[in-house]
Amino acid sequence: MTKPKLMPKPKPALNAKSTAKSRSQLPKAPTGIQGLDEITGGGLPKGRPTLVCGGAGCGKTLLAMEFLVRGATEFNEPGVFMAFEETARDLTQNVASLGFDLNDLTARKRIVLDFVYIERSEIEESGEYDLEGLFIRLGSAIASIGAKRVVLDTIESLFAGLPNPVILRAELRRLFRWLKDKGVTAIITGERGDGTLTRQGLEEYVSDCVIVLDHRVSEQTSSRRLRVVKYRGSTHGTNEYPFLIDSDGISVLPVTSLGLDHITSNERVSSGVARLDAMLGGAGYYRGSSVLISGTAGTGKSSLAAHFADAACRRGERVLYFSFEESPSQIMRNMHSIGIDLQPWVKQGLLQIQAHRPSSAGLETHLAMKHKLIIDFKPQVVILDPLNSYVIGDNQIEVKSMLLRLVDFLKTKQITGLYTNLAQTGSPVEQTDVAISSVIDTWMLLRDIDSGGERNRCLSILKSRGMAHSNQIREFLLTDHGVELRDVYVGPEGVLTGSARLTKEAENEAAKLIRNQEVELRRIELERKRTTLEAQIAMLRAEFAVQEVASSKIIGQEKAEKAQLAQGRVDMGLSRKVDAKPNKQKGDAK
Amino acid sequence: MKTNPARPEQPKAKKASLKVVSSRYILKLYVAGQSPKSANAIVNIKKICEEYLQGRYELEVIDLYQQPQLAQGEQIIALPTLIKKLPIPLRRIIGDMSNTERVLVGLDIRKKA
Repeated sequence: MTKPKLMPKPKPALNAKSTAKSRSQLPKAPTGIQGLDEITGGGLPKGRPTLVCGGAGCGKTLLAMEFLVRGATEFNEPGVFMAFEETARDLTQNVASLGFDLNDLTARKRIVLDFVYIERSEIEESGEYDLEGLFIRLGSAIASIGAKRVVLDTIESLFAGLPNPVILRAELRRLFRWLKDKGVTAIITGERGDGTLTRQGLEEYVSDCVIVLDHRVSEQTSSRRLRVVKYRGSTHGTNEYPFLIDSDGISVLPVTSLGLDHITSNERVSSGVARLDAMLGGAGYYRGSSVLISGTAGTGKSSLAAHFADAACRRGERVLYFSFEESPSQIMRNMHSIGIDLQPWVKQGLLQIQAHRPSSAGLETHLAMKHKLIIDFKPQVVILDPLNSYVIGDNQIEVKSMLLRLVDFLKTKQITGLYTNLAQTGSPVEQTDVAISSVIDTWMLLRDIDSGGERNRCLSILKSRGMAHSNQIREFLLTDHGVELRDVYVGPEGVLTGSARLTKEAENEAAKLIRNQEVELRRIELERKRTTLEAQIAMLRAEFAVQEVASSKIIGQEKAEKAQLAQGRVDMGLSRKVDAKPNKQKGDAK
Repeated sequence: MKTNPARPEQPKAKKASLKVVSSRYILKLYVAGQSPKSANAIVNIKKICEEYLQGRYELEVIDLYQQPQLAQGEQIIALPTLIKKLPIPLRRIIGDMSNTERVLVGLDIRKKA
């Protein structure tokens, strides 16, 4: 057996998408399978064969069959299914459970089922042969309904049924060329081989498009995955994508957006807590943003989530609530205790609570299930409570990639996502187990502050993209009418919460009272002093007045005495006949 | 469907078979047109039949290019294919019938070595 060329050439990166649009695209045949067309950029290469390979029971036949049925029913491309393993009757029965009515489709000449029966023990080889019979058979089937699609499931069975692999290989090569010449879009399925994609190395012959399916079990849970290994002439998603097989057939879960080009909304939605809205720039979260609430156990994460759900339902929006720890009735009872009544919303069909254990299925299955539920229910708000219950053992990387996909998906759908993250006590709170904080737009932290013999809840906003959010820590109270946010006491003693805050506030109140009283006392004292002083002033004035009167009286008397004395001297002089008047006395007399 | 039996071969030669087989053989050879393998197969099988089954066989040669719809019903994949309808068990011999031993084994005329 020759080594298959497994490695696809590096594909042009995603940014080539825009330039590719202007060029002529490779014609593609849509599969109609949910998600697969998105990964392959429109479907399988039209008119070329595609190899679908994988281990037993990974869904090859189903994928091929769905491709054919969808082609016949939705894209007006009839198809031929050539089965090498299952009889037409078995096939019909098997796919009936997926809602494909093959009997009807064959009767309406939309599909031809041809079971190729090969029994090794019946066959004897004598000389050279070729597979012209298969060609004729396929050709006539294609011609009978004008088929555009062909499935060969699983052509490798020929190697078990017919001798001489050398001839078979040459003939298969011819067959694939022939299919190309016919211009039919073909799916060839192949069983996974040891170290090769298929047992017989079919990937050597069918090299236009190779899709690998995988069904693996890890931590006791199984998940199906799909990967486009190569796709000549087209860009494609290269990751492994989980897929689901359910009552509607296959749904592949693409990363949803290969680029970061989702539209953003400027609309704001209330968190359901008025005070929190005020902290978030006064208006709440952005619609379509992702909100993470992380905190240790019992800090009120679910309560905040319930508030948001309640507020959304009040606005008439639909809310999908995924709970991984509590049953719906338990959530409703618990939320009732803080005054949030979710029951009516459930009855009105606005709120849907999906509760299941993370261990009930593989991560991809969970993701695909969520995807489906979201598409069916079309919610405006999705709540995941809590995120990190998915972390079992050391599957953090897987969980992260799954959550990234989910967050991405919600964003493209303009669905506001609220996630809670249970932080482990002791670990840094500013870190999520699943490390998705980078894709989170608004991240709130709930924290216990342990002081004075009690634990109190505190809320702060770690980040909130695109809004001026508060930098304050708020005390977070769960009351019987919901969540309340209070200012914490910030003083010389640091941040105080709970009863310490209450005590401090009471102390402050008392201190204020005392201060007020002191001020009053001072005022009165001042008043008293003023009164005293004024009384003194009045008394002094009175004294002064008395003295003034007395003084002026004395002055008057003195003046009169002086005048009398002067008169007396003049009279005496006249009587003595004094002629000369001394100078001194003259001046005094004036 | 098998409405057009090709010319049934008339036994001509007189040669005793190796094995005493009394039952009658009904053989159908499916070929693809005039390809060298088909032509060889027709020549070879006629020779073998004449040699070993003279007088008690019916050989029908069917060209699948003419009747492609027969391929599905007869479960033909490889060409040329010789189908031994009778005696039971049903057997298919594929190839240009150049290996006579193998053909004889296929026709249950000779036991597998």
